[in-house]
Amino acid sequence: MRVRGLFRNSVLMLGFVFLYAPIVSMIFFSFNNSRLVTVWDAVNSPTLKWYVVLFKNEAILGAAWLSIKIAALSASGAVVLGTLAGLSLARFGKFRGRALLSVMITAPLVMPEVITGLSMLLLFVALEQLTGWPEGRGILTIIFAHITFSMAYVTVVVQSRLASFDCSLEEVALDLGARPVTVFWRITLPIIFPAVLSGWLLAFTLSWDDVVISQFVSGPGSTTLPMIVYSKVRLGVSPDINALASVMLLIVALCVVLSTYYIKRIEQRRVAEALMVRSEEL
Amino acid sequence: MGGVCLFILAVVQSSGPLTVNGRRIVIAWPFIWLLLFFIIPFLIVFKISFSEARLAIPPVAPLFEWVSSTKNFVLTLSFNNYLFLFSDALYINTFFYSIKVAAVSTFWCLLLGYPMAYAISRADPVRRNLYLMLIILPFWTSFLLRVYAWVGLLKTDGLINNFLLNLRLIDEPLTLLYTDFAVYVGIVYSYLPFMILPLYSNLEKHDLSLLEAADDLGAHPITAFFKITLPLSISGIVAGSLLVFIPAVGEFVIPSLLGRSDQLMIGTVLTNEFFSNRDWPVASAVAIALLLFLLAPIKIFQYYQDRETEAAL
Repeated sequence: MRVRGLFRNSVLMLGFVFLYAPIVSMIFFSFNNSRLVTVWDAVNSPTLKWYVVLFKNEAILGAAWLSIKIAALSASGAVVLGTLAGLSLARFGKFRGRALLSVMITAPLVMPEVITGLSMLLLFVALEQLTGWPEGRGILTIIFAHITFSMAYVTVVVQSRLASFDCSLEEVALDLGARPVTVFWRITLPIIFPAVLSGWLLAFTLSWDDVVISQFVSGPGSTTLPMIVYSKVRLGVSPDINALASVMLLIVALCVVLSTYYIKRIEQRRVAEALMVRSEEL
Repeated sequence: MGGVCLFILAVVQSSGPLTVNGRRIVIAWPFIWLLLFFIIPFLIVFKISFSEARLAIPPVAPLFEWVSSTKNFVLTLSFNNYLFLFSDALYINTFFYSIKVAAVSTFWCLLLGYPMAYAISRADPVRRNLYLMLIILPFWTSFLLRVYAWVGLLKTDGLINNFLLNLRLIDEPLTLLYTDFAVYVGIVYSYLPFMILPLYSNLEKHDLSLLEAADDLGAHPITAFFKITLPLSISGIVAGSLLVFIPAVGEFVIPSLLGRSDQLMIGTVLTNEFFSNRDWPVASAVAIALLLFLLAPIKIFQYYQDRETEAAL
């Protein structure tokens, strides 16, 4: 038994070192004075000068703001469509077109990004030729593309949440004469809210992170942060990118911790309420 | 376009009793959206892969053309793009190289991910959540920047070489960056959570009393693992492996940052054809060929995905 425990712990240690060593080294060298990213200048380090360089870079700040806006809008769109799709697949049993819908949900999860990017761009070009919309490519086309590939992830999250709840509550409400829309807002949505929230966060990160699809469907004046980062890192390492990575990591870590805490609190409150209702019944 | 959506909605709405109606509206929105932005784009790519390239905006000759001299429509179907792909050794070579890279990376991902998923699923429940959180956390941070981090580690004067030189394990720096090895590391690193999570959700559901029974009957733990745990986790292995393999074949960012410059992957070739050569038909043909190859793996993945959700229902 102890041998097995040892094996498990060393496997996990090894795996986590592999996962975190690159990230830690990136943060470490963001405080390095030298322009040579990997040579530690012990005399003048640690320094915050790359952070100063970063926060003076108008192009990066502007692109970051644009990326936040695109990610928030496309995550919101993806959450609405993804929740509807998840609801259809988990609750509506067999309906015509179910097989096609489930293919259209699963395929984007694994589709290579270059294919999605190319096909979206060709769609927008064809649409523009036919209808005059969209006029050129830019922020709007990026948002549409991001909604399309991230709604599949929201669907999977929402669907698995719905699957773990039996529908008796919803059925009771329907039997008592509540309208389906009311049942959705008063019962289903509160139940799946943690999944909807984590779906939104997932869609936000997917959009915030995307470089390949954006590259295809963006136009002049709609350069997102990952596109700038990509063109910079292709030319080699530069310390202000390390600083950017550290800032982003800090924000992401904060958001993940806060949202996990928040989702947990909602869950706990719900369990407490359920227990109270049950004790009143008794 | 909004008009089209409303029209389809009206058609969908106009039949059936009320509750069914409501359901149809719920289904219609994601359905129409995906039809318009996921299925139709593929049809357009398919169409353009049979077109001729020309110097215009957009740089594609139409398939149907009104010829005023003969006063009728002319359909020009061109298989040249596909013939070009199969006659040029560069494309075939790139294609096989991409498959090889994806397969090797998937193998290493599985070899690293399986023991991790196993260890997490057998840890005590409090720690389990912490471990899962630690697996998912890097996934929330920028993929691009995590790949970039490896440039700093693998460079000739990078951390790994400096470390090995200081330990005097090597006399001169190894060439790690811009090699196949670097691409494998990048893919395994970026896709590891995709391997671990399906495996974990499978391994976590195993009935441990089976292993106890095997132990009682005198089976060695290793025998029990190969006879019970491994066969039970096949669906997790398949799902995880395909979740890594399929996107990895078309990977673009990782090989362009860490990979060789003399051997491209198919994703890079597609992008180059499109942006540098502005040859949209050939780029489309590459995309269709890649998609046809991936159709079978996608179908298998779909099968296991459905089975998992059906089991949950």
